[in-house]
Formats: sequence, C-alpha cells, structure tokens
Amino acid sequence: MMSEGSSFMKGLILGGIFCLVMSFFETFNSGTHSEGHEHLHHHLKPVSKDELQKLSESQMSDWTLQVRVYCLIMVTPKLLVHWATANDTWSKHCDKSVFYTSESSKALEAIDLQEQDEWARLRKAIKHAYENAGDLRWFFVARPTTYAIIENLKYLVLDKDPSQPFYIGHTEKSGELDYVEYDSGIVLSYEAMRRLIEIFKDEDRCPERGHALWKTPEEKQLATCLKYTGVFAENGEDAQGKGLFNKKSVSSLISDSMGQNPADVVEACCSDMAITFGGMSPSQIQVLMYGVYRLRPYGHDFHDSLTFLPPNDSDND
Amino acid sequence: MRSFKRHILFLSGIAVSVLLSKTCLLIRSTLTPSFTMNDSYTSTVQHAVKNRRAALDLSQKVRVLCWVMTQPQHLKSRTQHIRATWGKRCNIVLYMSSEASDFPTVGLNVLEGRSQLYWKTIRAFQHIHMHHLDDADWFLKADDDTFVVLENLRYGLSKHNAEEPLYFGRRFTPFVAQGYMSGGAGYVLSKEALRRFVKGFADGLCTHNTEIEDIGLGKCMETMKVQLGDSRDVLGRQTFHPYPPNNYLPRQLPRPRPWYLLYEHYHPVEGPGCCSDLAISFHYIDAVQMHTLEYYTYHLRPFGYKYRFNPGVTAVHDANHEDFNPSIVCLFRSIFQPHCIPLVGPKDKSDPQSV
Repeated sequence: MMSEGSSFMKGLILGGIFCLVMSFFETFNSGTHSEGHEHLHHHLKPVSKDELQKLSESQMSDWTLQVRVYCLIMVTPKLLVHWATANDTWSKHCDKSVFYTSESSKALEAIDLQEQDEWARLRKAIKHAYENAGDLRWFFVARPTTYAIIENLKYLVLDKDPSQPFYIGHTEKSGELDYVEYDSGIVLSYEAMRRLIEIFKDEDRCPERGHALWKTPEEKQLATCLKYTGVFAENGEDAQGKGLFNKKSVSSLISDSMGQNPADVVEACCSDMAITFGGMSPSQIQVLMYGVYRLRPYGHDFHDSLTFLPPNDSDND
Repeated sequence: MRSFKRHILFLSGIAVSVLLSKTCLLIRSTLTPSFTMNDSYTSTVQHAVKNRRAALDLSQKVRVLCWVMTQPQHLKSRTQHIRATWGKRCNIVLYMSSEASDFPTVGLNVLEGRSQLYWKTIRAFQHIHMHHLDDADWFLKADDDTFVVLENLRYGLSKHNAEEPLYFGRRFTPFVAQGYMSGGAGYVLSKEALRRFVKGFADGLCTHNTEIEDIGLGKCMETMKVQLGDSRDVLGRQTFHPYPPNNYLPRQLPRPRPWYLLYEHYHPVEGPGCCSDLAISFHYIDAVQMHTLEYYTYHLRPFGYKYRFNPGVTAVHDANHEDFNPSIVCLFRSIFQPHCIPLVGPKDKSDPQSV
C-alpha cells in the first residue's frame, strides 16, 4: 500500500516540477519583454484628485516647477498654415516651444535642420532639444496638424519622475512592437531622451538611414530604438480609461459617438482632460482654442489643487 | 502485477498534477485585470464640479422658459439633439411645431414653411402667455439649430427686473427704427415684454405685417415701447451669435464687413475679440456641432488653468463705446460702463455689486 501511494506521490511531484519548469521557460522565452505580457498593455493615468488634495503646498510647488514642457514641433513649408496656427495657439502654452523645419520659410521662424528625411530630422531635433533643455524635463513632439492642451499633459505627468524613462501617447501595435502614434503626439521624459541620444550612436540597432527598400515610419523607428534601451510605449488615459491622445478631430470623435452611443454622446466620447486631437483645419483649431480656454458656463468652478497661469502676450486664451 | 499498478499510479500522479497546474495558471490569467483601450463607458462618471451652487441658485432665482421653433421633419435630425443637450437646462422647455406629438411638441395650429414663421412666433407667445405666464420670469425663443448656454443667460438676466419691458439678443440695425434682435441667435423677453406683445395683438396695435419673424417681433416691441438692451459683456464682446463660432473667431486682416456682419448694430469685431467667454448662443449649429459645443462648454477643460476673464472681479473702464446714449440697458452691468442705465429700484435683492 505504501509503495503504491509513494508511486502516485512521485508521479504528482514530477508532474508538478515539469509544469513549473515549462511555464518558467515560457516567460523567459518572451524575449526582450522580460516583464511579461502585461507590459504590452501599459496604461498611464494621472494622479487622482484625492491624492492631489493631500499634498502639501511645498510638494505642490515642487511639482509645478518640475512639470515644465519643451515642445518640439516638426514643421515643413507645405504645412505653413498649420504651422502658423500652432504658433498662434497651443504652442504658447509650452514652457518652451521650438519649431524644427525641413527647410526654412520666410514667413515663420524655425530651426532649419536642412533635412528632407523625416527620421533623420526627428533625430536632429531630439538632439537639439536635449542639448537646449535647460531645466525642462518633459518633452512633447508633434506635427502642427496636432492640437495639444499642455495643461492636461502636465496633469498626466505631474506625479511621474522625469529621471525615469517615460514614452507616452496613444499606443498602437505593429507585430511585436508597441509604438506611440505620431499623429496624436509623443511625450518623452528627460531620461528617455538621454537614452535615445545614447542609442542614436549605435548604427546597427538604431541607424540614421535605413538600408531597406521601404521606409519604416519614424514613429516605429523611434519605438524600436527606445525598446533597445529598455523604454516601452505607454498609453495615456484618464481615470475612467478613456484615451487622452487622439489623432482624430473632435467632430469626428463626436460623430462616431453619435453612431455608437446615441443616448450619451458626449459622456461616452472623449475625456474631459483630453490632451491631443488631430486632423483639424486651422479655423476648427481656433474654435477649439476658444472652446478649451474661454467658453464656459458661469458658476461652474473647479478648484483644482494646481494653478497654471495664462501665457503672456496672448489674446485667444 | 504490482509494478504495473505502481506504474499506473505514477503516471496518473503526473497527469493529475499537470492538470492541476494548468487549471491554476488558467485561473490566474483570467483574474489578472486586462485593460482594453476602448473600455465600455459606465454612466457613473462624476464630474468634479465643485461650487456649482452659484449656477444652481441662479436657476431658481432667474426662471427661464425656452421655446424652440421646430417642425415635424426636424425632430429627429435637429430637435432631439437640443433635447439631449441644452434643452434640459431651461426651467421649462417647449418645442413648438405645427403639430402636437409625443416628442413632446406643442401644436400651434399653423402651417409649416418659411412664410409661416411669424405666425408661429405669434401663436407660440400667445400659448405661453395663456399657459405659462407665471411659470417663468424670462422667455427665450431659439431655433432648432441654435445652441444656448443657459447659465450665461441667467447670469446676465440676474441683474434685471422681469417686470420691466426689456428684450435682449443680437442687435440688428435695418428695417426697424430702434433695431431688432436676430431670430436665429435667439432673443429673450421679460415677462412684461411678453405681456405687451400679446396685448399688442389683442388690441390690434401689432399685426402680422411681415413673414420675417424677428423683424415683425422687433417692430411690435418698438410699437409697445419695449426697450431693447445691449447684450455685450463688460469688455464689449458679443454673447448672442447668429452664425457658428468659426465665422467669427479666426483672425482676419482689416477688411470691409463680410455679408454676415452687414446687419450689425454695434461695430463688429473679427477674431478672438468677437465673442465673450460667457457666450449665450450660436446659430446654424448642426447635430455634430451641437454635441461638440456641449463638449467644449461643459466638459473639455484645461486642468488648473486660471481664466483671464473673471466677471465680478474684472473692473473694466469701457472707453470704446460709440454710443454714449445713457438710455441703453446693458445685459451685463458694470458701473464702469458710462453708456448703461444705472440700476435703480428695489430689484437688487441679491448682491449689492452691479456686476
């Protein structure tokens, strides 16, 4: 009887060890995603309002100083009208905004990178921004066809340490690669920028000019280079899980919501704290600027724990 | 025999433990929360709107009855979006049509069509006078493609006395000597103004003398000695708008008046100075724009942003007014606006500030 029982037990133990080893092997074999499959769905949310209220005045003012943003706006003369619109609208809310262009235009000021290749241009801009960051620790990269609400970007990263690597936006998947979509804006912390600058030197893993016949979009090249440095894309969302970075226009999102959620169009559509919208015409952007910074109902006051002042010399916000 | 049995037991031991481990792993993976980017919305979102008391108090103090000029063919394409957005912010909202329905609409016993619009207006105000005179202090007319911000309307009206004959909106110049208010942008009558309008028709002093409802009503207001007011804010920016925001906001080089600004009584401003932060209405707003404006006004906002325009706090010396006619009634009072009639009488039951 004993020997029968022990046979069974031996079998049990052996099977158990076998299973453990197999599952351990599986996770090990997931390659560079050593933190398991959960990292593929990394979600980043702002600090909760309750947490904010518990902070001290000095902590609050530390955070307000730390969360300053350098905007890199990648323009071309073909996008002149949007360039001018970005210059007149949201870029004024960045602590520092620099326009990087492929070739100079007489109409507007920009840093002329004299580079037609988009990936090479992005690399040059990133290097320039990193070298000229001063004490700014957060970086936002966008084309002028994107509209950004910088205050909400600051709210999202308020409690995140920029000396940690962060790469945030609207994430998409391409095979095994998670990348941040360019059209809805890319947020990088100082540490992520630092690592990028380092890996730019590695011509094998992060080449400046690809050798393939087809061109990989720069948003994916960026993601690949960052992945080699251990930095992964994170999806920016609000407390309810709604995406904060949008490549569609407001009217497009509202229109979609009218089809999908006719009973609750606005509530189901977009976050109150949305950060970016894309694909909007210059006049739609002027209306959005008014809608964000001015139009409101009397008596609805929000006593946010943090204050962001309006920019100097601006009349449309 | 025994060793065979032992082998069987051994193998079954392996089988059992493999099964158990697999089940355990399966349970673990289903329990791990997996976020999906398009989470289904739950209707328990609470907006962190602290201090809405100001707005709530006003809705009890300044009662507005809204009537929306509509028709059966528009209920689905237009009017339902008003019902879903700003309609519910009125103290009472009435959807006026040629036919009664479960929408609900009030049937006015008129025909449909552009030529019937003034008849509709007359019948609508007569209906309101008969059934709702005591239910509100102010009576707003809007089209089924007008977007209205009730809180801003109430804020302006709160300083005024509904027992006086007053009428506010977007002031147009031609056709009526004292001017008239654009129908599309919406206009609001005080209780006394409503009484006088209805009395005018009852006594034959006002007649259906035009098909154009805003001109017709404006003429009757003039006949019945109802005073029109200046609805611009304390910085001189317009609050009622007969066209959508994108007609006014984009910057323009100095140019002669475009066609849609030809009727303006006050000198029009193009670009950001066109429009008040506390705008009251926009017109020619389609369904998508209606919800978009709702999103901009009541939802989308910049966290922590300190607004530039803070009425009640802003003391502005308004030196730019062309008409220093001190008999105009300003919707948004300021003691620094020399052209506005100063507040008189016991109506200031609320705060002593005039702004």
